[in-house]
Amino acid sequence: MTIQVEHEIHNRRKGRNYGVGLLLAGFIVIIFGLTVVKVLQLGEVAQFEKFDHVARPQIIPEEGASE
Amino acid sequence: MSDVSATDRTYEANMGDYFALLKPRVMSLVVFTGLVGLLVSPVPVHPFIGFVAILCIAVGAGASGALNMWWDADIDARMKRTAGRPIPSGRVQPGEALGIGLALSGFAVVLLALATNFLAAFLLFFTIFFYAVVYSMWLKRATPQNIVIGGAAGAFPPMIGWAVATGSVSIESVLMFALIFMWTPPHFWALALFVKSDYGRAGVPMLTETHGRDVTRKHVIVYTLLLVPVAIGLGFTSIGGPVYLAVAVVMNAWFLKGAYDIWQRTDADCEADKHKVEIKVFKVSLYYLFAHFGALLIEAALRLYGIGGWA
Repeated sequence: MTIQVEHEIHNRRKGRNYGVGLLLAGFIVIIFGLTVVKVLQLGEVAQFEKFDHVARPQIIPEEGASE
Repeated sequence: MSDVSATDRTYEANMGDYFALLKPRVMSLVVFTGLVGLLVSPVPVHPFIGFVAILCIAVGAGASGALNMWWDADIDARMKRTAGRPIPSGRVQPGEALGIGLALSGFAVVLLALATNFLAAFLLFFTIFFYAVVYSMWLKRATPQNIVIGGAAGAFPPMIGWAVATGSVSIESVLMFALIFMWTPPHFWALALFVKSDYGRAGVPMLTETHGRDVTRKHVIVYTLLLVPVAIGLGFTSIGGPVYLAVAVVMNAWFLKGAYDIWQRTDADCEADKHKVEIKVFKVSLYYLFAHFGALLIEAALRLYGIGGWA
């Protein structure tokens, strides 16, 4: 028996698959929302860029001025 | 490899079956008390972070429920009240419950740490550990005091909510914890006195069966007496106030009267009126907890207008 495009398991597990899909979508919304809130709470975006993998002293006023 | 083996099973678990693993009714109490702990704290929390924190607490509590159902499947199968749960009824496999419990625990703790702080996440982890390991695996089958110590797991949510906002533990959050912790034994034993349980058949030591109903009645009055100073004391902290104190005095008098009535009764009295008093006290215990946390919420709302608390 070959695997059919429309296998009966698709119908049998339809509810479960939709449920998992909704949960994953909810998870994305949560992570995205948290990211937005956390970044906005920083006030100025430079605060965020400061820790963006590479040191960028030019965007830190005090340190940039001393060099 | 022609067909999936899942077709061998006659029943396919749906989302509702998996959701039932999370003990939704317990979750609702956890959400309510956790939310109050968060809202009464002096530190404002961004609404979205607050929502995610409460979600994590709810999912964490649900995960510990799934782990409990996995571990206690043998007991559940032998008791009428629990025989219909997803695992004993065969709708969900034990391994699935274990997987869901562990995965959701990890998800809830890690997300809470990222969204709020490590103390809140640690408290959530400890709550799950306490319920799944200390209560379910160790105490439940070992001692009739199981629900006294195990009740701590249900008492942590307001403390977690408080830690989410403040990042600390303080007298207010400890007293909110103590309120639920001391409330659990009389609440549960009032129930045990009128519900015909089959814990004995399942091999779970319940006070009503190991020490008898008279001893259980004494326990109800003693634990209620110990509960009163905790409930009243909370009224004099920074989250209390006149409204809370008035509610606490009335509710404690009501609960104490009920516990005293239970203490004065005999098995013959119970048979005669079909446990009327015990059923009433059990209901009062539900109002009791709701009223105390509701009053804390009212105090917090009044403080927004500068009229709550003692100031």
